[in-house]
Amino acid sequence: MPLDRSTIRRIARLARIRLEESEAERLRQELDGILAWVEMLNSVDVSEVAPMTGAITIGLKMRPDIVTDGGDADLVLGNAPERVGDFYTVPKVVE
Amino acid sequence: MNLTDLGLGPARRALGRREFSARELTLAHLAAIEALNPRLNAFLLVTAEEALAAAEAADAALARGEGGPLAGIPLAIKDIFCTKGVRTTAASRILEPFVPPYESTVTANLRRDGAIFLGKTNLDEFAMGSSTTNSAYGSTENPWKRRQDPAARLVPGGSSGGSAAAVAARLAIGATGTDTGGSIRQPASFCGITGLKPTYGRCSRYGVIAFASSLDHPGPMARSVEDCAILLCSMAGHDSRDSTSVDVPVPDYAAACNKGIRGLRIGVPREYRVDGMPAEIEEMWRSGLAWLEDAGATVHDVSLPHTKYGLPTYYIVAPAEASSNLARYDGVRYGLRVPGEDLIDLYEETRGAGFGAEVKRRILIGTYVLSAGYYDAYYLKAQKIRALILRDFTDAFAEVDALLAPTAPSAAFAEGEKTEDPVTMYLNDVFTVPADLAGVPAISVPAGLDADGLPLGLQVIGRPFGEETMIAVAAQLERAASFTALPALRAGSPAI
Repeated sequence: MPLDRSTIRRIARLARIRLEESEAERLRQELDGILAWVEMLNSVDVSEVAPMTGAITIGLKMRPDIVTDGGDADLVLGNAPERVGDFYTVPKVVE
Repeated sequence: MNLTDLGLGPARRALGRREFSARELTLAHLAAIEALNPRLNAFLLVTAEEALAAAEAADAALARGEGGPLAGIPLAIKDIFCTKGVRTTAASRILEPFVPPYESTVTANLRRDGAIFLGKTNLDEFAMGSSTTNSAYGSTENPWKRRQDPAARLVPGGSSGGSAAAVAARLAIGATGTDTGGSIRQPASFCGITGLKPTYGRCSRYGVIAFASSLDHPGPMARSVEDCAILLCSMAGHDSRDSTSVDVPVPDYAAACNKGIRGLRIGVPREYRVDGMPAEIEEMWRSGLAWLEDAGATVHDVSLPHTKYGLPTYYIVAPAEASSNLARYDGVRYGLRVPGEDLIDLYEETRGAGFGAEVKRRILIGTYVLSAGYYDAYYLKAQKIRALILRDFTDAFAEVDALLAPTAPSAAFAEGEKTEDPVTMYLNDVFTVPADLAGVPAISVPAGLDADGLPLGLQVIGRPFGEETMIAVAAQLERAASFTALPALRAGSPAI
């Protein structure tokens, strides 16, 4: 089923990306092409296959639950676009 | 003798004998960058002062006889490795103001061993691309020229195109890259250098800006197999800060160059013979197999039956992971911020302005394939086919010790070619993507020139953690190919 414009708008909204009108139409066509191309995967029988999440099969290592770093707000906030004291700032979200 | 022509092995032997200083070697490379980088745009940032300070420290250590394995060796660092106090952008507008307060493990390991960082190299934004034209800071020019059409501006491949161009043009002795779908090997092939993607988990991803976490492989790029092996010795190793880093000893990879390949079984994956592959690439592949047979290896036909599903699988899995990883760029804690009416507006404006076209494309595909109602049909299905691709390799490696195949289906193309639709560009990675999906190591070695005089690479694919055998085979290929051609644009070349 071809992608329609409203689906692109919905996906862009989910991804929190603002799209210009012309951009949305171009992306609709490109994504449509890519999704048509990956359709070839439907010809593979995977009924007996477990999904692979990564190339590493080792389990996660345990480590002691202790603080090893931190306590440097200035370093952490050094890249903040805007801050007040030791806080990041954003537009007001509650009235 | 031009100091910029030295490989890593010869340079460190000469530094050890104090034939020249680390400072002289660094200055020679900085001068080459100054002369050529305005044209090539291989480096996004040159850190000359820091490099000279590091060279001074290396000279002092060498004078005391305490220099590390890379003491005084000038390297280029792909601008996706976080370097403490040095701007790191991933070639994205969204990270334009970002100065990491920490160092990636791989670059920390290189510094520990005495390496000198000349600067940060260009890439496709967030490593998404095969041409280095998807950079927010302009494309990188391939230093090689077509014989018949020297005016054409060729791409260096990608995404590690800045690193590949810098090493090929002798602006650095070696470089770091990352390979998610071929981003070390394909640019190495396009620029006539060697690029090594180790086994997944061999080099830590800590501090490497994430694209697709289950596929991102940091690795070395240099002008010989031995040089890549030396760099890998320093870059590799267990890191508790990367949960997928594997705790196995790091062998002496450089020693593997001289192991010989007598009795090794080399597999030829028959599915890699694709329609429309240039005859000269077929020819080079046949020569490569003959060289390995001459050195005592035996050649065997093998099948990797799910090869053709590699690319579409990759273009579901990688964007899915990318859409999740790149959610962190929201304009709040670091990077670009575009003000908005409310918080959602701030996110949307920031991400709309901060990401380039290819990154948006992949985030949207990833969001789509992970969204309610589509997850099973796309993402889960792709993860299952990924398991089949790994099984192909496991089965093949029960029969053979290593595989030999072309690295890319073509030589370097010109900027503007292959841009008509995204899928055409994605097809560049047809031979490189499977090894990333399976996590097995692979190395590209320059093995010949096409009719235009452009370099072509062959890749050796090894067993998981079979880097030593893979390196032994690659070193034999290198000896037999005796690739001595040079790019038109390089330090000290008459063309500049």
